[in-house]
Amino acid sequence: MSDDYEHKLEAKSDYVADASSASSPDVDSVPAAELPDQELYHSHSWWTTYVFSQDAKYIGIQYALTAIGTGLLGLVLSWLMRIQLAFPGLGWLDPASYYQFVTMHGMIMVVYLLTALFLGGFGNLLIPLMCGARDMAFPYVNMLSYWAFVVAVLVLLASFFVPGGPTGAGWTLYPPQAITAGTPGSDMGIILMLVSLILFVAGFTMGGLNYIITVLQLRARGMTLMRLPLTIWGIFTATVLAMFAFPALLVGCLMMTLDSLLGTSFFMPAMVSLGEKLTHEGGSPILFQHLFWFFGHPEVYIVALPAFGIVSDLLSVHSRKTIFGYRMMVWAIVGIGALSFFVWAHHMYVSGMNPWFGFFFATTTLIIAVPTAIKVYNWILTLWRGNIQLSLPMLFSLGFIVTFLNGGLTGLFLGNVTVDVPLSDTYFVVAHFHMVMGIAPILVVFGAIYHWYPLVTGRMMNETIGKVHFWITFIGSYAIYFPMHYQGFVGVPRRYFEIYDSPYIDTSTLLLNKFITIAVLIVGAAQLLFLYNLFASARLGKKSEKNPWKANSLEWQTPQMPPEHGNWGKETPKVYRWPYDFSVPGAKEDYIPQNQPPSEIVGAKVEKT
Amino acid sequence: MSKKKSIFQLLTEKPWESDQIEADNEHQGKTLSMTKHKLGLRTIMAASTVLFSLFIVAYSDRMLVSDWRSMPEPWLLWFNTVILFVSSLVFHQTTKYANKEIYEKTKNCLYFIGFLAYSFLIGQLIVWYQLLNTGYYATSNVANAFFYLFTTIHGLHIIGGIYFWGKTTSKFINKTLKKDEIINLIDICAVYWHFLLVVWLVLFGLMLSS
Repeated sequence: MSDDYEHKLEAKSDYVADASSASSPDVDSVPAAELPDQELYHSHSWWTTYVFSQDAKYIGIQYALTAIGTGLLGLVLSWLMRIQLAFPGLGWLDPASYYQFVTMHGMIMVVYLLTALFLGGFGNLLIPLMCGARDMAFPYVNMLSYWAFVVAVLVLLASFFVPGGPTGAGWTLYPPQAITAGTPGSDMGIILMLVSLILFVAGFTMGGLNYIITVLQLRARGMTLMRLPLTIWGIFTATVLAMFAFPALLVGCLMMTLDSLLGTSFFMPAMVSLGEKLTHEGGSPILFQHLFWFFGHPEVYIVALPAFGIVSDLLSVHSRKTIFGYRMMVWAIVGIGALSFFVWAHHMYVSGMNPWFGFFFATTTLIIAVPTAIKVYNWILTLWRGNIQLSLPMLFSLGFIVTFLNGGLTGLFLGNVTVDVPLSDTYFVVAHFHMVMGIAPILVVFGAIYHWYPLVTGRMMNETIGKVHFWITFIGSYAIYFPMHYQGFVGVPRRYFEIYDSPYIDTSTLLLNKFITIAVLIVGAAQLLFLYNLFASARLGKKSEKNPWKANSLEWQTPQMPPEHGNWGKETPKVYRWPYDFSVPGAKEDYIPQNQPPSEIVGAKVEKT
Repeated sequence: MSKKKSIFQLLTEKPWESDQIEADNEHQGKTLSMTKHKLGLRTIMAASTVLFSLFIVAYSDRMLVSDWRSMPEPWLLWFNTVILFVSSLVFHQTTKYANKEIYEKTKNCLYFIGFLAYSFLIGQLIVWYQLLNTGYYATSNVANAFFYLFTTIHGLHIIGGIYFWGKTTSKFINKTLKKDEIINLIDICAVYWHFLLVVWLVLFGLMLSS
């Protein structure tokens, strides 16, 4: 049925292009040759096709698989930590390895999994396809970006095998302790971590350059900025944030590397270590905290904004309804992005800052809740009276809304200085940030993978396994993180590698710790189902139709599916509308692809959607 | 490209209204009327500006601590500054020659710029050598450390510039470019050279004044 539709469409648009002077002269037929077509690199050998590929689609898949592979290590580390926390009597881990695992888990999940997956993975796969370009602006630089990421990951992994092991300084890597004897991995481990981050930033900058320029300059004809799918808006804004935020991380990493290797005193104050006075003097550890969080807070939105964008598109497609308040959604994405640079010090309320400084940052933090709330309302209003299909992407998107709301609300608590001070070193914070930037974006990642899987492989993922995976992951993550909120309220401190029965800690928390750990093991194991589904479906999955979700955006309108090298066959598409024309009154189908000319949908009253 | 629109105008378009639909269908797909190389350079310059600004913030913050002892400024640094200034001027002239299609002079200018860029780098290395010989180590005071850090980062930017200068020059000599492409590439390199001059003046000024 849908194949048929596509053929008709192509045949007709050829016809229309010939008879251009018929009705309004420029609507259907802008001559194709006004812009020179993009130059494309054609690979000649196996190496340049599959390994050092310059095709953004391949690079996206490479990025995604590398990121997921690294993320699995992060997942296993979380198992190990949780077993230690639930059964401290076993002597499962020593304190040093516990801290090393905490650090590596945090850094891997935030930077090497989520950032790389959303921007490197989905960015590369979707930007050229959704914008209607043949490839990224600078394919060669794009390839370098991926390989810089691979080297960064390898350097990070190498730190597990050096004397002293990986750094155990916490993912925030605060000096002076990060490079002072007594902290695990304070000599080799931390250096490798810093070098790896520097490589990651370098690689990301090359990728980010591509994402920005492709979105701005290489769109299809008729694709104005305000006709872009929200996915692209999210990825684009996140990339801009990253280009401004990652330099702060780079500065911090470079100066700490020098402090550690050469013995300079950028961040290191005069101090006595193991009874000896160190040569450092006068350095400012707080300066590092500012630099780190000037990167660290935008980083939260670098992960969140692509998730916001993707989930908006998933909700619209799978409820067969126009996204509610498209412009407001765009403004919210841009607004959140801008505001995210003015809230960083809310991570530092307990660093001894001036109370007025804290007051300022509490205010900006609460202001950011406004555009965020707008987005949540708009998602719910998109669902309102929609023709909701409870497909896998929809299930995960619904899970995202609930989880994000949950994590966002505890963020409002923590944004207030007076509430944050007692809670800041407890499990309440752990629960908050895992809900809002762990579980919520991961649910979107799953939804997006189930949604775009047919675009990559031409096959559908197994629905039953997917549903089991969803329910275990969704309910399981609440079983993990809800109790942590309670633990935080009764004062269980975070960062402790073992918590015994003591007069200060309620016995209920010990039982909860066991409960949480069992939930972690189950949820983690459920991800194996997902992995099986991911790899097995590439062979065994049901063959997908050409546009299986009946979506409007351009990535589903390529002549071949999965799209071939160059994406668009002979001519790049021409766009006539935004991607949200679902269930238009009078139209034959309940969706109108972006590249379908107006002459083919005469009866439909598009402007009244 | 139709007429220029401000960001505000772009973001307030209503893509579902029939007037807007007609206007949008005319759109050619580019947001800004410049080549992708030029926009790429601007993006990189924006990111670099953030990078250097953060270094400057760190410098200003660290300066306030009492252990700060400023460095001497060898006269060679002034000389290097002049070299950078001259190479920027020459680049400006080169773009003019390229525009007027006086290619022989363009080529000579490009060579001269390469010579100046390498001399600048060598000059900076000699400054390092002199300072290290007189006992200004990175470890002895943080002001020295900042000096070495700034000159390294700026030098790396210059080396990046030299890489693209080399690509441009070799393409130019091998005559593989059309006229537009020549002007575009030389323009881009020139803008980057001016940018690095400004960065150096700011960094040098900062170090002089403290």
